[in-house]
Amino acid sequence: MIFLRQAFTIAAKDLRSELRTKEALNASLAFSVVIFLLFSFAFDPGNLNIDINEFSGGLLWLAFAFAGALALNRSFARELQNDCLDALVASPMPPGALFLGKSLANFALIFAVEAVALAVFAVMYDVHILSQFGWLMLVTLLTTWAITVIGTAFSALTVNLRLRELMLPILTYPFLIPPLMAAILLTTDLLAGKPISGDNMIWVRVLVAFDVIFSLLAVVFIDIVLVG
Amino acid sequence: MREKVMYTLAVIGMALLTWNLYKILFVLPQEANVAAYQIVYFHVPAAFTAFTGFIVALAASALYIATSDLQYDAYAAGVTEVALAFASVNLATGMIWARFAWGIWWAWDARLTSMLTCWLMYAGYLILRRAIEEPTQRARLSAFVSILGCVNVAFVYKAIEWFRTQHPSPVLSIRQGGGMGSGMEAPIYWNWLAMLCFAGVLVIVRMRQEAVSREIDSLRRMAHAY
Repeated sequence: MIFLRQAFTIAAKDLRSELRTKEALNASLAFSVVIFLLFSFAFDPGNLNIDINEFSGGLLWLAFAFAGALALNRSFARELQNDCLDALVASPMPPGALFLGKSLANFALIFAVEAVALAVFAVMYDVHILSQFGWLMLVTLLTTWAITVIGTAFSALTVNLRLRELMLPILTYPFLIPPLMAAILLTTDLLAGKPISGDNMIWVRVLVAFDVIFSLLAVVFIDIVLVG
Repeated sequence: MREKVMYTLAVIGMALLTWNLYKILFVLPQEANVAAYQIVYFHVPAAFTAFTGFIVALAASALYIATSDLQYDAYAAGVTEVALAFASVNLATGMIWARFAWGIWWAWDARLTSMLTCWLMYAGYLILRRAIEEPTQRARLSAFVSILGCVNVAFVYKAIEWFRTQHPSPVLSIRQGGGMGSGMEAPIYWNWLAMLCFAGVLVIVRMRQEAVSREIDSLRRMAHAY
């Protein structure tokens, strides 16, 4: 119980400082809109022969994954000033709670960016997101947590490296392939109006299993990264 | 002692490989309807060797975390490097075969993609190691990546069974394939053993190189101290 309270304290602190500056929020949101703009040159969205629903899942999740990395890069890096990270690690709170708190804050941040970006995407590309909104939100929540938990762990890992901004994506994206694959397939199906049933239910299970296993692993082993 | 192990492994590996080559090329019946199918005797064992290496690297990383002995970290790094080399062999032989059988070098089929994902994950591990100079920090951080990586290999690998696939489905009887003729499966396992021997030799060579470089480092530090 104390563990969770400590995690929530960290999450609240992170969110408060983010809401005061909004640097990561604005940057990731602007970045995802830039990616949507660039996608419009990769193919012709006005071409009636192209069914946007067939690859909308891929477009969305690539944008989310790239925009998410921006927010994740800042997560631990902002604690470097005034040696805040050392103070946090030296505090009586266990490293797992620090990690969980950071993850919760990142999750809220990335999910907020995704919610706005999803609406922008639906408007710009004429995609119907409301037909199976509940399932779409569930897939988004599960995948966002997968991105967050892996991203936050690697953000902690790369924070002291010279090549921090380079190392984070190199490590993160190959790790995220199972959840991103699942999310892309499910989102494409959902936006095309196909219900979640027997044959794509397996990908929901992949997402849940990935979330549970990697959350546990990261919380248990993060002290190797943070403390040593 | 280490030398003896190394040369023994090398001799066993060479002998096994020669014997297997003889069997594959002259004894086993030719499968006329599959182009360049013999490559499977190197393609599949290379993947097995790579995955064995990733599991050994996981064990070495876990041992490092438990003991903080840098020797285990050196093993984890050496084994991962060698395993990555065998993963490259797997990808390369697969691409050569695909050119014959499918007419293309690469297909974005699930199994090809998952092997490439594993390759990239462990390449990231090695890139990370080069980016950190302090040995204990390098050992800690890369052990963490190795543990998460090995768990993820299971995820990535499992995904092939659920994803639509163009890759030949499992043929080995241990995976309920049963698609290979009698006597044709054995060379795959013997080649796996041969490759494991070679992997062992490479890891020992790599360890020796590591030890030498540590010695040079400490000599250099001594020279600077005077």
